[in-house]
Amino acid sequence: MLQRIFALMLKEFVTLLRDRKSRMVIVVPPVAQIIIFGYAASFDINHVPYAVYNEDRGLDSRQLLAGFEGSGVFERYAVIRSDGEVAPLVNRRKVLLVLHLGPDFSANLRQGRGADLQVIVDGRNSNTAMIALNYVQSIVMAFNEQWAREHGRAGPPAVLLQRAWFNRTLDSHWFIVIGIVALLNLVVTLEVTALSVAREREAGTFDQLLVTPLTPFEILVGKSLPGLIIGVAEATVVILMVIFWFHVPLRGSLAALYLGLFIFLLSAIGIGLMISALSVTQQQGLMGAFLFLVPAVILSGFATPLENMPHPVQWLTYLNPMRYFLIIVRAVFLQGASFDLLWSQYWPMAIIGLVTLTLAALLFRRRMY
Amino acid sequence: MQRHHRLFSAMRLRGLIRKESLQIIRDPSSIGIAFFLPVLLLLIFGYGVSLDARDIAIALVVDSPDPLTTSLVSGFQRSEYFAPVSIPSIQEAEEAMMRRRVDAIVWLREGFSRDLLARGGAPVGVIVNGVDANKARLIEGYIGGVWQQWLARISDARGLDLQVPVRVKYRIWFNPAVRSRDYLVPGLIAVIMTLIGAMLTSMVVAREWERGTMEALMVTPVSIYEILLGKIIPYFILGMGGMALSVSMAIFLFAVPLQGSLTALFAASALFMLTTIAMGLFISTVADSQFVAGQMAIVVTFLPAFILSGFIFDIGSMPALIQGVTRIVPATYFVAILQSIFLAGDIWSIFFVNCAWLAVMCAVLLVIIRKKSHKRLR
Repeated sequence: MLQRIFALMLKEFVTLLRDRKSRMVIVVPPVAQIIIFGYAASFDINHVPYAVYNEDRGLDSRQLLAGFEGSGVFERYAVIRSDGEVAPLVNRRKVLLVLHLGPDFSANLRQGRGADLQVIVDGRNSNTAMIALNYVQSIVMAFNEQWAREHGRAGPPAVLLQRAWFNRTLDSHWFIVIGIVALLNLVVTLEVTALSVAREREAGTFDQLLVTPLTPFEILVGKSLPGLIIGVAEATVVILMVIFWFHVPLRGSLAALYLGLFIFLLSAIGIGLMISALSVTQQQGLMGAFLFLVPAVILSGFATPLENMPHPVQWLTYLNPMRYFLIIVRAVFLQGASFDLLWSQYWPMAIIGLVTLTLAALLFRRRMY
Repeated sequence: MQRHHRLFSAMRLRGLIRKESLQIIRDPSSIGIAFFLPVLLLLIFGYGVSLDARDIAIALVVDSPDPLTTSLVSGFQRSEYFAPVSIPSIQEAEEAMMRRRVDAIVWLREGFSRDLLARGGAPVGVIVNGVDANKARLIEGYIGGVWQQWLARISDARGLDLQVPVRVKYRIWFNPAVRSRDYLVPGLIAVIMTLIGAMLTSMVVAREWERGTMEALMVTPVSIYEILLGKIIPYFILGMGGMALSVSMAIFLFAVPLQGSLTALFAASALFMLTTIAMGLFISTVADSQFVAGQMAIVVTFLPAFILSGFIFDIGSMPALIQGVTRIVPATYFVAILQSIFLAGDIWSIFFVNCAWLAVMCAVLLVIIRKKSHKRLR
C-alpha cells in the first residue's frame, strides 16, 4: 500500500513540476510576495504630507509646529497664507491634513483662555485619517505638558499610563507580515490541489486511476502529500523570512506553530481536493478555488478585525481554516503562546480537515463516469 | 484568391462576437461570474470589512471602588465603543487578555482617588493587546477620549479650572462620520472587478488552444485583430453589467454617498474594465495551459489588487520601491479614482492623471497581446 501511495505521490510531483512555467508559478510568487507584501501591507503611516496655515506671529505657535516637524511621521508639504488655498491642496490629495492656527493663538494661550489648533483632515481613507489625528493628539499633548510645566501650571489630576503588550511600539507590520504566512500557504496549497483531480478528469486519466488497485483512500493520500510537502516547505521559507528578514520576534513554541500549520494544511488540502473532485473541467476547478480563496482571505481577520463583522458574517468565518491559523501564528509569534492557549483553535481546523478530506474521497468514487 | 485579406471585416467580427456570445450563453458560468459573483462578494465584504471598532471588550479593574472611580467606569459603560467587563483583580484581567477575551485593561490602583485629590497626576493604567497594532491604536485613542471627557466632568463638578493649553479642533472632510465602509466599499468594487475581469478572460485563449479550436479558427480568413476584438467586446459588455450592479449596490445598499458625476464614474469604469480584460487576455496568451493561466490569474490579480492598490493599506506610507510596484497594478488607479468620485466629487486632476495611467497600461497590454498572438501553430 505504501508503495502504491508513494508511486502516486511521485507522479503528482512530476505533473506539478514538470514544465518550467508550472514550477515557476509554484516557487517564485510566494518568495516575491512575502517581500513585496511584507513591506507594503501596514497600517502605520509615515511621510504624511501636511500644510501649515499659521496666522499667529508668536513664539508658542512656532514651538508647537516644531513638534510636527520633528515627529518623523509628518512631512511639511506647503505653507499657505489664505483660506482659499486649503481646498485645492486637500482635494487633490497633495496633503492629508492642514494645521490652522488663528491670529490670536499665542495671545489666548498666554492669557490662559486655551488656544485652538484647527486641523482639517482628508477623510477619504478614514483609517489613515484617524491614525493621523491620533498622532496630532499626542504631539499636542506633549506640547501641553511641557508648556504647563514651563509656565507653572498644575498638571491634570489624573494621567493615562498606556502600555501595549506583545508589540510595544505598535508596529502594525508585525501583525500583517505574520498573517502573510497563513495567506501564502492557503494560496499555494489551493493552487496545488484544486486542479489536481480536474486536470486528470479532463485528460481522462482519472478513470484509469480508479480502475487501478488504488483505493480512494490511497488516491486521497497520494494526492494530499504533495500539497502537504510543498506547503510545509514554503511555510518554512516564509517563516524564516519573517524572523530573519523582517525581524519579527518568535516568542512561542515552534512545535505549537508547526502542529497548527500541519492541521491548517490538511484542512486547506481537503477543501482544495473537494473543489477539484466536484469540478469536471480545470476552469471550474479554478473558479472554485477563486470562489473559496477570495472570501477566505478577506474574511479571515488578515487585515480587518473579525469582531467588527455582523454576526451572520462572523458565523461564516467559523468555516474558514485561515481564521484559526491566523490566530495561531500571531499568538505563537507575538504572545509567546504554547499548546495550552491554542487547543480552541486546533480542533475546529481538524474537524474542517476531516470533513473535507472524507468528502473528497467519497466524491472521487461517486463521480465516475 | 487574394493572399492578403483585409485586416478588418465587420461581418467576420460580428460572426466572432456571435460565436463568443453563444459560448457565454450556453455555459452559464460566465454569466454567473459577471453578475452573480460581484453581488455576492460585495454583499459579504461590504458588511464584513470594516476597520471601525465597536463594542470593544475591555476589562475594568478597580482596586478600591469609590464615587470617583465609579464615574470613570460609567464613562466607559456609556461609550458606544466599549463593552466593558469588571474584573476583580489585575491577575485575572491579564489572564483574560492572554486568552484574547479582552482587548484592553484599564486599571485603577489602590488609592487612586486619594492620589488624585491630594497631589494630582494619579495614574490610570492602560494595557492594550498589541497583536493587532492598528486596532490597538484606535483603542488607545478611544480610551483617551473617554478619559478626557471624564476629566472635564470631574473638574467641572469640583469647580476646578482645568484649562488645557492647546485644544485640537478637527474637521474630517469627505467622511465626517469616519465610516470606514465609505472608503472600503468603493475600493472593494475595484478589487472585485479586477477579479471578475481576469476570471472571465484569463482562460478563454488558453482554453481554445487546449481544445484545439484555435487551430480551427486559424484556417479561416479571420485576422488576429478580429479574433482579439471578438473576445474583448462580449466580455467587456458582460463585465460592465457586473460593474453597474456593484456601483448600484454601493450607492443604494451601502449608502455610500456619490459626490461626483455618473459620467465620470462610467468613463473610469469602462477604462478600468477594458484594462482588466486586457490583463486577463494577456495572462491567457502567455500561459500555455489552463493550469498556468489559473495560477497567474490568482497571483497577479487578486492579491496585488487586495494588498497593493491602496484599497486598504495606504500607499503613501509604503517604501518608495514598493510604491513603484503599486504603479503597475491597474486597481491602484481605479481605487484612487473611485475613492475621489464617491467621497470628494469630480476632482479632475486626480481623475485625468489616473485615467491616463490606466489608458497607458491598457494600450501596453494590448500591444503585448498583439505581439504574442500569432496566427500560427505552436
